[in-house]
Amino acid sequence: MTILSILIPVSLLLGAVGLAAFLWSIRSNQYDDMDGHANRILSDRYDDSPEG
Amino acid sequence: MTDAAYAPRAACPACVGLPEGELERATASIPKGGALRRMVLSLPDIHCAACIDGVERFLAVQPGVSAARVNLSLRRVTVTVDDPSLTAGDLADDLTRTGYRALELDSATIAATETDKEGKALLARLGVAGFATMNVMLLSVAVWAGATDATRDLLHWISAAIAFPVIAFAGMPFYRSAFAALRGWRLNMDVPITLAIVLAAGLSLMEVRESGHHAYFDAALTLTFFLLIGRYLDHRTRAAARSAASELAALDVLTATRIEGDTRKTVPVDALRTGDLLFVAPGARIPADGPIIEGRSDIDRAMLTGESLPDPAGPGDQVSAGMVNLTGPLTIRADALGDDTLLRQIARLVDAAEGAKNKYTLLADKAVGLYAPGVHILSALSFIGWYVATGDLRTALNIAAAVLIITCPCALGLAVPSVQAAASGLLYRMGVLVKDGAALEKLAEVDHVVLDKTGTLTTDLPLYATGPEGEARAVAHALARASLHPLSRAIAAECEGEAPAPITDITEHPGEGLSATYLGQPVRLGNARFTGATAEGLWLRMGKDLHPFTFTHALREGAAEMVAGLREAGLHVTLLSGDTAEQTAHIANTLGIADWHAGATPESKIALIEGLSAQGRRVLMVGDGINDTAALAAAHVSMSPGSAAEASRSVADMVLVGPSITLVLRARKVAIAARKRIVENFQLASLYNVIAVPVAMAGYCSPLIAAIAMSSSSICVTLNALRLRREPK
Repeated sequence: MTILSILIPVSLLLGAVGLAAFLWSIRSNQYDDMDGHANRILSDRYDDSPEG
Repeated sequence: MTDAAYAPRAACPACVGLPEGELERATASIPKGGALRRMVLSLPDIHCAACIDGVERFLAVQPGVSAARVNLSLRRVTVTVDDPSLTAGDLADDLTRTGYRALELDSATIAATETDKEGKALLARLGVAGFATMNVMLLSVAVWAGATDATRDLLHWISAAIAFPVIAFAGMPFYRSAFAALRGWRLNMDVPITLAIVLAAGLSLMEVRESGHHAYFDAALTLTFFLLIGRYLDHRTRAAARSAASELAALDVLTATRIEGDTRKTVPVDALRTGDLLFVAPGARIPADGPIIEGRSDIDRAMLTGESLPDPAGPGDQVSAGMVNLTGPLTIRADALGDDTLLRQIARLVDAAEGAKNKYTLLADKAVGLYAPGVHILSALSFIGWYVATGDLRTALNIAAAVLIITCPCALGLAVPSVQAAASGLLYRMGVLVKDGAALEKLAEVDHVVLDKTGTLTTDLPLYATGPEGEARAVAHALARASLHPLSRAIAAECEGEAPAPITDITEHPGEGLSATYLGQPVRLGNARFTGATAEGLWLRMGKDLHPFTFTHALREGAAEMVAGLREAGLHVTLLSGDTAEQTAHIANTLGIADWHAGATPESKIALIEGLSAQGRRVLMVGDGINDTAALAAAHVSMSPGSAAEASRSVADMVLVGPSITLVLRARKVAIAARKRIVENFQLASLYNVIAVPVAMAGYCSPLIAAIAMSSSSICVTLNALRLRREPK
């Protein structure tokens, strides 16, 4: 069971990275225009400020 | 156009194709160093990637525009401008000419709802709760799978270390709301929620300190997570409605033209003072109450009184803010502004009507009123029962906590918001803006519909009925094309595409009619006095010949269908209009409405609705005019077409943005379906409690059973709510 002392911190760390990424995406306004982002991917124009 | 535009040409392959010097010319015309301003335009018709590209490309090359960014979800574009002379109106006109219909939005009104800080905070709490729930659930699975002794204690301690800070942070909205309710000696849904979360976490900590078998950290976190989903859905629904409503409000940019000596200046209505002389162009809205000083015209009072035909007006006649000047330029003196205008007086009637209205109790609040005391009593009883039976405080506390957790109102907290989010999303796609969830519940109960006539059942413009043929028709067409008067516009619309007669010297005589010369003889189109006819109506005089015209009122698209549908559904329909008895009776007969009232004032409209409410009727009022606003406020639930006056749109519970008035019927069907889903969800939740509570009280509820029961009931109610995504037949 000593393996737990490695596996648990590793799993928590990975989860925390995911959480940090989610919080960052909220902070940088990535949920403000969900329809727009879905459609912009179809545009062949270079988007120089993708976060809007 | 930022400094990037000056970068070496070859860096961007697309720029290589630009003609020599194009880039320099494009950037040279932009004055550098000007203060940046942001302006917002509404783009109601954009829908795809090509639209985004088209709008952004077009705006980017406009001189004075430094950046443009389309938001497709909100159908808006935010433009950053560095040229102080560029106005939002100009940009909107330019965009409309290129094929993307654009409307100017009042940026001050929009700014209030633009940043959704509360929504972001809720989403962050939801994310943190989700992260913690998943991790603790993983650790709990290990415990359920059979971890023992030191391993179990270790897993429990790690769970506690994750759960406590997260519960403190993520559950904050519930604690605040519960505290506020308790301080006012009330019980709301958040009181049992808070108690369940805090007790579950606290008791589990005590258990873990004594190396106990059962810890409910996962249950406390799952509760927080599911309930936050409900809270977030609820917030999204309200935020979407608020943003749509503020967009409607921002569309009215209120300005007036003030006469200052020899010059005319456009100023905001707020900046006007009593005694100012104002110029009102034909076709413009009158900005203030006061007498006409100079000029003659026809005044359209439909928004204020519901009268469908305009009245002639001249010097000395009183006009009010909200009326529309049709035919001639007017100079008026502002006598009443702000608080003294007719609009403000109607607003006071609205306040009074809202104050007199019975407070509506939401279905969810009714359920909580029954539910919250029941839960606490059950939990207390299990505690007392077990303590008396076994004398073991720890067991008794554990079972009491298990009862609280298992009965925690997940279904209530999630069921109602998920149904309302699904229903208002569906209504939004249909073209109905719902201001709050209560409106949806109230609409399902309606048994009496009161309809306004002008602008609600009929269009604002009259419709051509009969008139002369041949030469006279062509002459009338030519005359009518020159005027903004609704009757002229009706004739012009009827003769659309035909060749008008060659006439010269067209003169408009405001309040009377039009005159011109046709083949050397004078012709006149106008009222009886102006043309020398003996009977009332609109006449065309050519030499000695008189030709009469008659008009009817065009029914709005779907009006007949809607009235028939409402009656079929067993609702009583009343037509209530400020127009003349003759016009009202005509429309009532066409639509087959037996119960109609003409010549209604704002006061008598309220009186009628309050009378119906006193008889126990639940009244839906549909109206668009300023004279309807007080009645809209007095009714159980109210709707306004999107074309309505700003005042009535802001009072109405729902705004019909789509073109057809049959939306009233369709919205009612959705409301009834939503109510049915909510009741079903309550039944599901009760069924689940009936099974789970005895198990918990008997002491058989392990954390594993609690986790399964809670998740499955939450998923059941959410899936049931999602069935509303399609329009009911």
